[in-house]
Amino acid sequence: MSIRHAMLALLQEQPRHGYQLRQEFETRTGGTWPLNIGQAYTTLQRLQRDGLVEPVPDAEGEPERFRLTAAGREQAGSWWSTPVERGAPARDELAIKLALAVTLPGVDVDAVVRTQRTETMRSLQDYARLKRRIPADVAGADLAWSLVLDSLVFQAEAEMRWLDHVEGRVLAQRRSPRPPDDAATAHPTPSSSATEDAPAGTTRHRKARR
Amino acid sequence: MSALTTRPSSPGASASGAEAVPVLLRLDRVTRVHGTGAGEVRALDDVSLEVGPGELVAVMGPSGSGKSTLLNLAGCLDTATDGTVVVGGVDVASLDARGRAALRRRHVGFVFQDFNLVPALTAAENVSLPRELDGVPVRTARAEATAALAAVGLDDLADRFPDDMSGGQRQRVAIARAIVGPRRLLLADEPTGALDSVTGEAVMRVLRERVDAGAAGLLVTHDARHAAWADRTVFLKDGRLVDTTGRRAEPADLLDDGDDTDAPR
Repeated sequence: MSIRHAMLALLQEQPRHGYQLRQEFETRTGGTWPLNIGQAYTTLQRLQRDGLVEPVPDAEGEPERFRLTAAGREQAGSWWSTPVERGAPARDELAIKLALAVTLPGVDVDAVVRTQRTETMRSLQDYARLKRRIPADVAGADLAWSLVLDSLVFQAEAEMRWLDHVEGRVLAQRRSPRPPDDAATAHPTPSSSATEDAPAGTTRHRKARR
Repeated sequence: MSALTTRPSSPGASASGAEAVPVLLRLDRVTRVHGTGAGEVRALDDVSLEVGPGELVAVMGPSGSGKSTLLNLAGCLDTATDGTVVVGGVDVASLDARGRAALRRRHVGFVFQDFNLVPALTAAENVSLPRELDGVPVRTARAEATAALAAVGLDDLADRFPDDMSGGQRQRVAIARAIVGPRRLLLADEPTGALDSVTGEAVMRVLRERVDAGAAGLLVTHDARHAAWADRTVFLKDGRLVDTTGRRAEPADLLDDGDDTDAPR
């Protein structure tokens, strides 16, 4: 994601200067994705170049504030009405590691799963400790940050479930190394499904790289 | 396997009477075998675990990994084939069925996925019922129930019937029932399993608060995000304890209550 949309969205609220934009972004996301001040100003300059924001005529000596132009308001509005594209999966080191672990000889898959599960559980415990410090009935910026935290929690939980799933499937495969005959024929051949998926998949890849 | 993690005692977390019982639940190399010969199943295999006041331990693992067996042993509903189970300072093996029932009533409260409240009784009556069955005078039992309901934030709903309460409220009544009177060992089996994510988290907050106030909790759950509210999570697989994830011991933990993390790592 580019930071442009977030900045346009924050400018919908009121005109702001670069430092305020950075501060608001970080407050509402709990500092999860730190933004350096240089990025904030560079983005503002590009938005101005593209005619989406303009400087507010302020008193001499005040830091320069920016507001949305008509085109900027339109872009900010269309961000809310457009879903975030899942796009091509980001390169996931854990998925790659497990994919290689189950195919390379001599790798202790159980140990790889266990080690990762411990680490992911630790992250979840860290998140849970943060959650305990946020009252259940918060609003405003605290609610925003709390929801960002929830997003991290659900992602980590999904990883835990996937690790359990890997463990279960590897175990099942070990207990019956040869798949039953009818199961083998029921599998769609990888080549046919790849062909079906290819056009949609390639488009998405391109979009994600923009 | 360092399952016998002894937490440094936290003086601030002790509740009334908790000081007398340093460890509410201790399993020492416990094995539970069902059947014999070729049909033998080791439901639990050489498992050691301790839960003290102010401590919440989560148990995770696939179906059939021994989670229920562990809860049943901790709740004195079952006895070990080998090893020692100590509840409230008493070796469970030294007791007959009556003695185990008495020990269970004195120390142990259960919280289930489906609440298990008596529909014909009000919240207060549900909570006081186990104490009345213990032979405690009704007035005392009611007073204890009122205190327990207040502890889970439900004093306003004491006269409601379970059917007139939400799932989250019912589960809080169940938690109150589990810690009523002197009971301090809270055994929870998928307590958030029937609840939506927001309500489930609210129940976890209450559970955590009651543990912080001095109860000892053993929580079986499939939800890693809820297990993360525990001080430690143990993973069972084929009856064996394969892993324990606890908080990292940091020097700062010794100076305050440990809530010193400012950002996710």
